[in-house]
Amino acid sequence: MENNHKTNHKVSPAGGDLEGASKKEFNITIYTENQIGLLSRIAIIFTRRKINIDSLNTSPSEIDSIHRFNIVINEYEEVVRKLTRQIEKQVEVLKAYYHTNEDVIWQELALYKVSTDVIAEKVSVERLLRENGARAVVIRKDYTVFETTGHREETDNLINILQPYGLIEFVRSARVAIIKDSEGFNSKLREFERLEPGEEVIENEYLNQGQKVFTM
Amino acid sequence: METAQETLTAPAATETVNVSGSVALLEALIAEGTDTIFGYPGGAIMPIYDALYDYNDKLNHILVRHEQGGIHAGQGYARTSGKVGVVFATSGPGATNLVTGLADAQIDSTPLVCITGQVFAHLLGTDAFQETDVINITTPVTKWNYQVTDATEIPEVIAKAFYIARSGRPGPVLIDITKNAQIQLFDFPGYQPCNHIRSYRPKPIVRPQYIQQAAELINSAQKPFILFGQGVILGSAEQEFKAFVEKSGIPAAWTILGAGAIPSDHPQNVGMLGMHGNYGPNVLTNECDVLIAIGMRFDDRVTGRLDKYAKQAKVIHLDIDPAEIDKNVKSTVPVWGDCKETLPMLTAAIEQKQHTEWLAKFNDYTRQEVEAVIHNELNPATEEMTMGEVIKHLNELTNGDAVIVTDVGQHQMVACRYAKFNKTRSNVTSGGLGTMGFALPAAIGAKFGAQDREVVAIIGDGGFQMTLQELGTVMQSGIDVKIIILNNRFLGMVRQWQELFNQRRYSFVDIQSPDFVTLASAYGIPGKSIDSRDDLPSALSEMLNNKGSYLLEVIVTKENNVFPMVPQGCSVSEIRLK
Repeated sequence: MENNHKTNHKVSPAGGDLEGASKKEFNITIYTENQIGLLSRIAIIFTRRKINIDSLNTSPSEIDSIHRFNIVINEYEEVVRKLTRQIEKQVEVLKAYYHTNEDVIWQELALYKVSTDVIAEKVSVERLLRENGARAVVIRKDYTVFETTGHREETDNLINILQPYGLIEFVRSARVAIIKDSEGFNSKLREFERLEPGEEVIENEYLNQGQKVFTM
Repeated sequence: METAQETLTAPAATETVNVSGSVALLEALIAEGTDTIFGYPGGAIMPIYDALYDYNDKLNHILVRHEQGGIHAGQGYARTSGKVGVVFATSGPGATNLVTGLADAQIDSTPLVCITGQVFAHLLGTDAFQETDVINITTPVTKWNYQVTDATEIPEVIAKAFYIARSGRPGPVLIDITKNAQIQLFDFPGYQPCNHIRSYRPKPIVRPQYIQQAAELINSAQKPFILFGQGVILGSAEQEFKAFVEKSGIPAAWTILGAGAIPSDHPQNVGMLGMHGNYGPNVLTNECDVLIAIGMRFDDRVTGRLDKYAKQAKVIHLDIDPAEIDKNVKSTVPVWGDCKETLPMLTAAIEQKQHTEWLAKFNDYTRQEVEAVIHNELNPATEEMTMGEVIKHLNELTNGDAVIVTDVGQHQMVACRYAKFNKTRSNVTSGGLGTMGFALPAAIGAKFGAQDREVVAIIGDGGFQMTLQELGTVMQSGIDVKIIILNNRFLGMVRQWQELFNQRRYSFVDIQSPDFVTLASAYGIPGKSIDSRDDLPSALSEMLNNKGSYLLEVIVTKENNVFPMVPQGCSVSEIRLK
């Protein structure tokens, strides 16, 4: 029962008016129970809205038994805010946050496999390692594997450098990110475990804006 | 078995009883207050059905004719009773047949616990007979789901399932139990209900400062307008809502699922919102200065074009689900929380007022709508009957006390527009998902959920044919539901759109029907078909006076359109009367 009614203004896949906004990279951090099926429950929140996940990492958190997702997407903040709410609504999600790249400290790890002969003949391995903060993980007769850790530009840079020398294989890990102004989840968890938690468990972003919200 | 059961109902604190997973499941259901189960057996759920054989006196199992019928019945039961609907289905096709109902319950926030059988745990992933990945198939359409592969998990998982299904914003939960777990014996320690899950917050904390801000907005408003949805009913906050409406003096309009939260004839009830809602509520949405949305989610069928929706108004949004706040319409004051708690706080903080002039404006629009649409719909000059006049006569006979169950399409819009509701939990319909075939099975469940009430299903000729096999369930269960088929020989709503927007290119909307009365009679259900206005009152009386189920087919005008209408992509104030 949908009509093909065309509207000209920009509308996000998750709904809402996005006039004047622009997409950028956001880091979504999710604290969850360790539950089978939760990865898919979270992933479909993005796929349902046809949003691509650029990077996804799951790992333990600072607390035993609680897992931490790091998800990177390129979207409008308005969309990311709604997605975060939908994620937090899932029964086994304790808390979801989103941050821009400036608000987090993040790293990605990359591995590069190159022919040892070529490297030995054509470039100074030592210079390569020093200039790119890379290290050799494995050196065999037939190939050498380098590793570097850093931001996207840094790991990309080494691809460009190695490409002319016959880069055999490349892989980059998902992003891991630490939130700059987070106090961690240890004290929050105690609140979550209480039957009647304090206000901080369900943070209200409006509260922080105080009077800005209410103008008449 | 008998002795085991007796021990189980009153377990001593430290004693455990050795039972199968199936028995533990049934004990858990009883402990959660389940009295009725809608289900269909099959290979992978046989151990549960075997255990059920001994629980006949405690659990009333209704054998449906298709699992979709089972889950819609569960929904109907939940909607009228306010309890959690319980549904059983087997693995594979049994489970996949639940998907439509799960999606319906998810979007309409209906509390359900569905139990599906699954192949033995050691066969998972082997493409075993009747194996499907039910958990992944149902993830997007459940509030929570879980696969049990070990019987010892059952008591805790069922407790969680009921807690999640009914708390906060309710929704469907599916528990998939492998056959080995159903059979496995374990030491059952007695049932512990669940009232806390650390990662789950059913209700956000109420912030008094927002109540205060909302009250200030309301007190200074000249043209405030209340929109209410099913949240009022789901929160059992009808009394609190009425008190708020009456003290504030503000006109209030309802979403389709909010119908009945206050009686239809309440002087401040100004009608229905949305695409086929009333004239005044739609037009005046774009004229009010403060919009107070209570337990509703600004569905696109309610808002029409969003960038032209109530842009002039300050918006106060009361909702239990934080994800609904600012999802479609930006709020000025977000009042997070259960409206059972927030409404009394708000009522206490506002001034007693009357908005006589503003309310009169709604009545003006009502007069225009009566003149242009309603009068002709309810008192047609045509020879053929309209859907509206059937509802009008039904109102006179039931006096607005019946539960009205509707399917999806023109008859649904007409029934919701014109049916009178005196009581809450009286309007059972598929709102968000728009599931044709919903009404017949939902009516069966609705009756089991409210056995002392009259249940009338109003169904189109198209939708009835989607789940008509449930006449078998009506027959076998001996339930008393009255079925009215409003037959216009068309898939009417699609035809209406084709007429209005596709230049009358009637593409596959011409639908033939069987002889419904003969069909009903094959199931032992009496019935009648009428096409003359003169027969309408007596036929409706005969139906209502019949002890037991009855099917009445009313032949109505073929090409009638439902108006008013907000065409898709238009603003609510661009609502058309013709």
